[in-house]
Amino acid sequence: MKYKYKYKVGCSIENLKGVRDFIRGSLKNHDIPDLQISEIVLALDEMCSNLMIHAHHCNNEDLFELIINVENNSPLVFEIIDDGTVFDINEFSTPAIDNIIHEKRKGGLGIRLVKSIMDKVEYQKTSEHTICRLVKTIRK
Amino acid sequence: MIHIKRLQEDGADVIALIGEIDASSSIELDLSIAKSVGEGFKKILVDCSALEYISSAGLGVFMSYIEEFKDRNIKMVLFGMSDKVANTFSILGLNELLQIGKDKVQAKQLINEV
Repeated sequence: MKYKYKYKVGCSIENLKGVRDFIRGSLKNHDIPDLQISEIVLALDEMCSNLMIHAHHCNNEDLFELIINVENNSPLVFEIIDDGTVFDINEFSTPAIDNIIHEKRKGGLGIRLVKSIMDKVEYQKTSEHTICRLVKTIRK
Repeated sequence: MIHIKRLQEDGADVIALIGEIDASSSIELDLSIAKSVGEGFKKILVDCSALEYISSAGLGVFMSYIEEFKDRNIKMVLFGMSDKVANTFSILGLNELLQIGKDKVQAKQLINEV
């Protein structure tokens, strides 16, 4: 069985709570351990907040779409579809924790989180959209 | 959405976090820690027992105080985390960099260690 869940959202960071609820709601009936759902929520919250803040400056009139693909015995595939600027986390080096502490940076941790949680993050650009695709294999 | 309550106990400032901390609410965590520091507290206990979620924005707030607290001899201990919240800290190894107690009793022991 294949399942597809879609959520369209404006770029205000006030909407992050709704994004998290959508992800939890979509994954809850697929026999995925709770701790892994919470890790996925964390990684996608990070990707969405980066997009909202850095690519769209929190403008709620800018919309993007989050799609969750669930298929039996296959890795989960998440797609963030946006028509704006690409925010490619693969182009950002992951800062060392020591540097984050020393420079009193409040950012930089999120990219580490996403890379630790997801198996793969890739980007695809079409004439109309940028698709960020994240892949996660569930451990049972 | 996060609610933050502060109360003082045995000379320590106890900051209780209720709800979820993300990019839109991490500023409130930052402000309440800054307020505690501004009021001169040397012992800060962060009650995470009603903290349902924390994103990297919230983790970053705790990280940003590590050096300042070391320089100013301020101790901070977090306690009462759920498994999910504790897991968020451990993914990045922050459980090694911050002091985390199981419950308030253990947190008080940790904060009173010389």
